[in-house]
Amino acid sequence: MSRTLLPVAWLLDFVAATGRATRFFLRLCWLALASIRRMRLVVDQVHFIGNYSLSIILVSGLLIGFVLGLQGYYTLRRYGSEEALGLLVTLSLVRELGPVVTALLFAGRAGTSLTAEVGLMKAGEQIDAMEMMAVDPVARVLAPRFLAAVFAMPLLAALFSALGVLGGYLVGVAMIGVDPGAFWSQMQSGVDWLADVGNGVLKSIVFGFTVAFVALFVGYNAQPTPEGVARATTTTVVSASLAILGLDFILTALMFSST
Amino acid sequence: MTEFLTLDSVRFGYGPRVILHDVSMRFERGRVVALIGGSGSGKTTILRLIGGQLRPQAGRIVFDGSDVHALDRDALYRLRRRMGMLYQFGALFTDLTAFENVAFPLREHTDLPEEMIRDLVLMKLEAVGLRGAAQFGTSQLSGGMARRVALARAIALDPPLIMYDEPFAGLDPVALATVARLIRRLNDSLDCASIVVSHDIKDAFGIADYVYLLAQGRIAACGTPEEMRTSDDPNVRQFLEGHVDGPIAFHYQAKPLAADLGLPA
Repeated sequence: MSRTLLPVAWLLDFVAATGRATRFFLRLCWLALASIRRMRLVVDQVHFIGNYSLSIILVSGLLIGFVLGLQGYYTLRRYGSEEALGLLVTLSLVRELGPVVTALLFAGRAGTSLTAEVGLMKAGEQIDAMEMMAVDPVARVLAPRFLAAVFAMPLLAALFSALGVLGGYLVGVAMIGVDPGAFWSQMQSGVDWLADVGNGVLKSIVFGFTVAFVALFVGYNAQPTPEGVARATTTTVVSASLAILGLDFILTALMFSST
Repeated sequence: MTEFLTLDSVRFGYGPRVILHDVSMRFERGRVVALIGGSGSGKTTILRLIGGQLRPQAGRIVFDGSDVHALDRDALYRLRRRMGMLYQFGALFTDLTAFENVAFPLREHTDLPEEMIRDLVLMKLEAVGLRGAAQFGTSQLSGGMARRVALARAIALDPPLIMYDEPFAGLDPVALATVARLIRRLNDSLDCASIVVSHDIKDAFGIADYVYLLAQGRIAACGTPEEMRTSDDPNVRQFLEGHVDGPIAFHYQAKPLAADLGLPA
C-alpha cells in the first residue's frame, strides 16, 4: 500500500472498529436486560465480582479517608475553617474520589479478572463449544457479568465513600481533635443528596458500564493464546482507566457546572 | 441409504491462502466416516464449516435438507442442537463439575425437571465410564477423563450428527480402545452420522465404515478401510506407511534453503 493511502486505511480500520464496538455494546445491553430472567447467573457474578473486590475497595477507601482528613485539616487550618473538614472530605469522596478511585481499582481487580476469564475460555475453546451447543456465549457468559458489574460498581463506590468518611473522621476528630459535632453538622448541611450523592452514584454507574464493557469486549476479542490473553488484560486496565478519567472530566463538567 | 450431510465443492481459505480446494463429501446416518490426513490438511476446518463456525468461499454444505450457511442465526442455532461436537482437548467449562458440564446442554435447551436431568446425566456419564467422577471438578480430571466427559456432554441431547476432533490424541491404550469402541457403539445405538477426524490410522480404520484421506486441502483418496489398505494410490501408501518422500509434502512451500541461508545455489 502506498504511503499516501495509509492514513485512509487507518481511518477505515478505526471506523470499522468503532462500529464493531458499538454494535457489541448495544447487543450486550440488550442481552443484559434479557439476563434479568436468569437472575441466579447475575447474582453469582455480583458475588464473584463484587465480593472479591470488597477488601481492596474498603481498605483503599479507609486509607484515602485518612489522607483526605490529614491534608484537608492542614489546608483548612490556614483559613481557620477546620470545622469544615467533614464537608471537604465527604464532598471530595462522593463527588470524585469515590466513583473514580473505585472504578480504577475495579478495573484493576475485577476488569482484568473478567478479561482473563473470557480470554481463557476462548483459548480453551469453551466459547466455541458453547456456540456449537447452540448457546449464545454473549448471552450466557458475558451479559450476566456485564449486568453484575453495573450493579456492583455503585455499591462498591458507596462503601468506598463511607469508609473514606470514616477514615477522615478518625484522623480529623479522633487523632487531631476537630470538633465532632462540627464535623458531622457541616457535612449534613453542605452535602446535597441529589446534586452531590446522586451525581456521584450516576458517575459510578457510568463507570460500571465502562469497565465492564471494556473488560468483556477486550476479553472476547483477545487472541486465543497465552500472549493474547496477557496483552488483553493489560489493554483492559489501560483502556478502562483512560476511559474512566476522560468520562469523569466530561461528567463533572456536565454535572457540576452550575454549582 | 439417504445422504444426511453433504459437502458440495466446498472451498475455504484465509485470504489468498487456500485451505480446502473444492471438497465434496457424503455422510449418512448409521455410518462412521473417518477424515484422516496430516496436520494442516484441513480436517478440523471441515468440522468447523459443517458447524457453521466458518463460512466457505464457494460451494455449499447441506445438513438434513438445510443449507447450513443460508440460515439465519436462530435457524443455525436450532440446527446446531442436532449436532454434537467433541473437541480435541474437551473444551469443558472449567467453572463447572463433570456433572454440570454434561447437564449444561440439557439445562439450556430443555425444561426437564431436575430429577430427570440428574438421571440423564448419570446415564451419559455411565456410558463413558465416569459416573463415579460426576462431582469432580475439571482440574481433577485427567486428559483422557476430560475427553470422555466432553463426549458425554456432546451426546447429551442424542444428536443425529456427532463430530469428533482428534478423539484419540494423547490417550493411553486402554482409554483409546474404550473411546474407539464407544464411538462405534454410540453411532450404532443412536443411528447417527459420525465424523471422526484423526491421524491415528489403526484406530480410525478400526471403527470407520468409510475413510477420506485429505492432503493439502484436497481429497487425496477415499474408500472403505479395506479399500484404503489395499490401495496402490501413492498418497494412501505414503500416509499409511509413513514415508517422508511422496506426493504428500512434509515441507511447507518455501524458497530453497540455500537462498534463505544466503548461500550460492
